[in-house]
Amino acid sequence: MKTVSSLLDSHWYQRYKRISQLNIRSSIYDVTNRCNLRCKGCFFFSSGEDKVAREETDPEKWAAFVDKEKQRGVNLAILIGGEPTLCFDRIEAFYSRMPTYCATNGLIKVPRERFPDMMVGISLWGDEEDEKRLRGQNTFRISSNNYEGDPYTYYLYTITPNQIGRTGQVIRKIRDAGLKVHMQLLSNDEAVDGFSWRQGELDDLRAEMDEMLDTYPDTVISAKYYHQVITTGKMLDRQFGWKECPSVTEPLDNREPKPRRLIHFIRWASDLETMHRCCTSATRDCSTCKDGAAHMSWIMVNKRAHMRSAEDLQNWIEVYEMFAKLYQFLPW
Amino acid sequence: MQQELTLQDTIEGVARIIIDELKLEDVTPQTFDPDLDLIDEVGVDSMDLATVALVLQDEYGISIDEDDYPKLKSLRLIAEYVLAHAPVKS
Ligand code: SF4
Ligand code: SF4
Repeated sequence: MKTVSSLLDSHWYQRYKRISQLNIRSSIYDVTNRCNLRCKGCFFFSSGEDKVAREETDPEKWAAFVDKEKQRGVNLAILIGGEPTLCFDRIEAFYSRMPTYCATNGLIKVPRERFPDMMVGISLWGDEEDEKRLRGQNTFRISSNNYEGDPYTYYLYTITPNQIGRTGQVIRKIRDAGLKVHMQLLSNDEAVDGFSWRQGELDDLRAEMDEMLDTYPDTVISAKYYHQVITTGKMLDRQFGWKECPSVTEPLDNREPKPRRLIHFIRWASDLETMHRCCTSATRDCSTCKDGAAHMSWIMVNKRAHMRSAEDLQNWIEVYEMFAKLYQFLPW
Repeated sequence: MQQELTLQDTIEGVARIIIDELKLEDVTPQTFDPDLDLIDEVGVDSMDLATVALVLQDEYGISIDEDDYPKLKSLRLIAEYVLAHAPVKS
């Protein structure tokens, strides 16, 4: 039987030991149905998820809900929306109870006196031109001012097909603002003209993502194996999609055979009762889904499958470390 | 009257379940080191443990509290847990 220590040398084994006990159990929460932007291609609004549930507004109900989530075993709250920073009381209900990550467009600054070490992920959809086209304004100018040098903030850079060959300039701007960046790919849910991936582009992008990681290792939080899996949709000999996706809300998951999945994962709507199908839009076609978190989790829940060889297991470790860094279970 | 479960039998029984459920190769219930760290060395994660727990429940009539998963680090520890929680035979 292959064991971890028979596959890894002592350096890699130490790295493995740092993460093997983490047992992170995340769930995702829509904090609000509102946003101060309306981006083209935002899955939340394009699929009508802002309309499926009313918003719970009573802070005590949010607090009681988070207590129940803790009892359910959740130890990482991922707050999305709408725009969570429109509702700091709701964010506080999470932050005061468990490790919390807040996704934001960065237009409103999270007050650090209230949330000193909360992880913040700022969405960025490309360079100035793409941001203006897809989001109506250059959000980077505002968000980088708001968060310059913040040690608990990184950019979540959604790369569009237009960005190929241009990611370096975006990453340099992020570096110059004293921030980190993690890269993911646009799924183009609203079929915006010119923003769908064409044959061959994903291969070019993979090479470019690798190059960015090599060139800016102190700024880019990523892993080459993640680049490979997200650009090809393939892991080991398997194809990503509905049958394999780990990020399906557990009580709604009636797939057979049961794939490996995130234990107890639920994506909750902001009425605190309604559940969404998965971590992203319920109307998205799984066969073209490029969701970064789902791909990352897909790798992470398949640890033993990566015990085929030392190289596979090292790839798994690098992706797990990337995830742990993004949520500060490991230092940057 | 049913026979009392011995620790050795239980270790082998648990080993068989883990080998079958997790489709482990190149190991038998007899050659499976009872003190090998299942999490750190075999790569078992909480989803694996949940799968194994369901079968243990059927075979030994015990239920395993999820909070106890981190304690179940080896065949021996699982077997001891089973023996401590199995219904008394009559
Ligand atoms: S900022 Fe985020 S939530 Fe708001 S419209 Fe854009 S993608 Fe959607
Ligand atoms: S849309 Fe993506 S994240 Fe959602 S179930 Fe399908 S593959 Fe998974």
